[in-house]
Formats: sequence, structure tokens, C-alpha cells
Amino acid sequence: MPLASPEALAKKIVSSVQEYSLLSARAVADLFSTPRYIADTYTQMDSIGFGSLPIVILTGFFTGCVLALQAAVTLKEFGAVNMTGRLVSLSMVKELGPVLTGLMVSGRNTSGMASELGSMKVSEQIDAMRALGTDPVRKLVAPRLVASVVMLFFLTIIADACGMAGGAAVSVILLRLNAGAFLHSSYMALQYGDIVEGLVKPLFSGFIIATVGCYYGLKTTGGTRGVGQSTTQAVVVSSVFIILVDFLVTQLMIGIFGR
Amino acid sequence: MAEFLSEATIKERLDAGVPIVEFDHVSMRFDANEVLRSVSFKVAHGETRVILGPAGVGKSVLMKLANGLLMPDSGEVRVLGRSLNEMNESEMFAMRAHVGMVFQESALFDSINVEDNVAYRLEEEHVPPAEIHARVVEALQFVELEKAIAKFPPELSGGMRRRVSIARAIVSRPQLILYDSPTGGLDPITSTTIIELVVKQRDVSHTTSLLITHRLQDAFTLATHHFDQQTGHMEPIPDGGIDPGTKFLVINEGRVVFDGTTQELVRSDDPWLKAYLS
Repeated sequence: MPLASPEALAKKIVSSVQEYSLLSARAVADLFSTPRYIADTYTQMDSIGFGSLPIVILTGFFTGCVLALQAAVTLKEFGAVNMTGRLVSLSMVKELGPVLTGLMVSGRNTSGMASELGSMKVSEQIDAMRALGTDPVRKLVAPRLVASVVMLFFLTIIADACGMAGGAAVSVILLRLNAGAFLHSSYMALQYGDIVEGLVKPLFSGFIIATVGCYYGLKTTGGTRGVGQSTTQAVVVSSVFIILVDFLVTQLMIGIFGR
Repeated sequence: MAEFLSEATIKERLDAGVPIVEFDHVSMRFDANEVLRSVSFKVAHGETRVILGPAGVGKSVLMKLANGLLMPDSGEVRVLGRSLNEMNESEMFAMRAHVGMVFQESALFDSINVEDNVAYRLEEEHVPPAEIHARVVEALQFVELEKAIAKFPPELSGGMRRRVSIARAIVSRPQLILYDSPTGGLDPITSTTIIELVVKQRDVSHTTSLLITHRLQDAFTLATHHFDQQTGHMEPIPDGGIDPGTKFLVINEGRVVFDGTTQELVRSDDPWLKAYLS
């Protein structure tokens, strides 16, 4: 593969950022005007939300289990094993629940969106849609954007709950801790700012999953090989974006709530 | 959605002889490759314009320009007298309601069945469901494929997909139909079936059309045959007649090398054209 000149590479990056920004802005603007594809939005909610439920439940549950096990080993040295619930709940709600849910849903749905839209692009179905008088951004991107943002919010809550259930199960069954004490310390550890932080992050992650997946899908060229490349790039970029935005939102929330 | 032109204005313009499509010094370039170079031509109401030329000379690009799917680097494309350059996105979508398009590889939506594919535009226009079904059945009967109404595109053969694509293009009764290589990749018998449908649409509905083809025999079949509504088949025009509404546009290396009638084409002295036609 020939090496691109720095100038060409810079132009390509700027052009990609511009195209991505325009696509995102158009998708958001389309939410505030008609026609709206409500049925497509519900279909996407089912696919993205209900379809991702098993992986989110399993990931959340076992992350909670591992957190409890790891935390107990360290806390035991300080005689503070009863604080396990506090550590599990804070970690799950503020950080691991939103980020892991975002990454899992990204792996499942960003790839799905990029490959579906990419296949439509290379088989001229996107052009056919435009030729039939339908705006593909309005029809394909906007419903996925709404569905991702809304469903990721609820999936994160489920992941948090499953994580705490996993932590509780390990604490009670393996660490022989009192279930009531675990849940009480979990509950008491959480403050308003922690909940807000944990529920703001999935809104950004949902936005990233939908816009990045659709962007790479709609810019696919080069047949089936191009579809594969778009899918891979979409998953990589959305995963990195989710972690990057997680860092920025965490900084912001610490600035606002002081913790 | 914004309005492209009111029905009254369209009728007024057609009566005044405004061309359905007009290319005015259109040029188009992809990176360093200049695909179209100052292409100009007009397509009158009721005309069938056959676009010929070697592969890769910009015929499909020209078709996408006519529908606003691509925009020219310079020059103007006018549909029913309105320049596409002056339209916003919303007006462009409204304009496309008057244009049907048959894509090279059919471009059917493979996750929905034939009925929903054909009904797509009508559903977007919020036509009542009963009317949608009736019009879809009518369009599928036109392409003799009403039995495939519940099938999905992957279950259809190449020729059947092309016929569904034609049904999808005609269901909204457009002013203009763009056929992008409708016989490409098909066997000769299936190609003739597709050309018969194009002739039928031309002679029964009198819709203006642009048709790209690589097969010269298809182009000349269009010029020398008509659809007999009594027998229900395409037949040669008696006494070696030629359809006056069928004209040719030949493109080579991004330029128009011929624009005229069938007689003018076969009598042309241009050496390249003679070699191409032979």
C-alpha cells in the first residue's frame, strides 16, 4: 500500500471529521422535523435494546462478581471486608456499568449498523432510497440515533443492577458476608452526583454508537471487502470514542459534583 | 416536504414544449478522472432516449446526474425546466417523486418483500393502504410478476429482480423513467423480455425515458418495434418502420459523439461511430 503524503492524510482526516459532524448534525436536526420514522425507531429499539439484553446482563453480573472478589482480597487486609458493597456499587454505577455497557453494545450494534448500511450502500440501495424520494439520514440514521441513546440509558441501569446483584451473590455465597449489610453499604455509598454521572455517560455512548456506525456504513465503498473494512473501523473508532468521552465526562462531573 | 412544481405548472410546461430533461454543458470529474466533458442534450416529452457508448464512459453518472443523485462540477441539469443546482435537498426529494429509476443491479431492498419494495414510494407518500395494494398489483401485472408479490428479492432470479425494479419505478406514474442498463448481465431471452416491458411502457403509458444499454440489438429493437395492445406482445413496426419517438445519444470518452434519430445514426459517416455500430 503506498504511503499517503502528510498533506493528503491531513486533508482526509479533516474531511472525515467534517463529514461525520455534518451527518451527526443532520441526524439530530431531522428529529425536530417531519417526516419521522416512528416504526423504524421502535424496530431499532427492539434490535439494539432487547437484542443486547443478554450480553449486558451477563457482562454486568460477572463484572460485579469479579469486583466483589477482587475488592474483598484487598479490603480484608484492612479489616474492611464489609465495605465490599460500597466499592462494588460505586464502581459499577459511576464507571464500569456505563463503560462496559457502551463497549458491549458498541461491539454488537456499531458493527451491525456499519455492515447493514455498508451493504445497502455498495448494492445501490441507498441511492435507490434517495431516488424514491426518501432521505437516508432521516430514514436510517435518525431512528438508530434515538434508539441507541434511549436504550443505552436503560441498558446501563440494568447492567448496574446486575453488577450489584453479582457482587451481592459473591459476597453472600463465597465471602460469607451479610446480604443486608452488603446492600445497605451499597445504597449508602451512592450520592446524587454518582447517579447523574452514571446516567449521563450512556447518553454520549449511545450517540457515538449510532453516529459512528452509520457514518462508516454510509461512506462504504469497494464491495464486500469495503463492508468488512467499514465494520472493523466503526467498532474500533466507536470503542475509542466511548472511552475518551467517558474520561471527559468524568472530569466534567468531578468538576460539577466534586467527586 | 417542499413542492418541486405544482401539477398545473408541470402540465403548462409540458404543453409549452419544455424538455423533460436538459443537460447544459455538464462536466463531472472524480479526482483526476474527467468523466463527462461539457455534455449537452435535451429530452422532449414522450421521447425515449437510448444512451449508447463503451463501458466506463460516464453513462451511469449521466443517469445519476439526471436524478440529482450526483451534482455536476460545472454546467446545469434541468428537469421540467427547473435547474437542479437551484434546488435544496427537500425540493430535490420532491422532484424525484416525478422520476422513476431502474438501477443497474436492480437495487431492491433485500430485507422487505416484493410488495413492500414496489409500494415503497406510495407508502412514503401516505397513499391509503387499499390503494397502495391495488396499484402494486397493477404494476406487478404490468411486468407479469404478480405471483411473486410475497417473495423476497434474494429468492428472485436476475431477470425477475429487474422486472420488480421496473414495477417499482412505474408504480408512482412518473413523468420520466431512467433505465440504467436494465438488460446488463442478463441472458438474451430475458433481455428481450425486459426490452419488451420498456417498449410496453413507452407505447402504453407514453412515459418519457432515458435508457442506457450496452447491447446494440436492444437499442435497435426499441427503435424498430412497438407494443401491440391487441396481441399483448411486442412486434416489429410494419414495413420496416421506425419509432419516431426513439432517439439516440452516443457518448465516448465523456463527450457526446452523436445526438439524433435512428436514421441519422445508421447513416452517420463518423468513422468511430461506424466502427462502434459494426
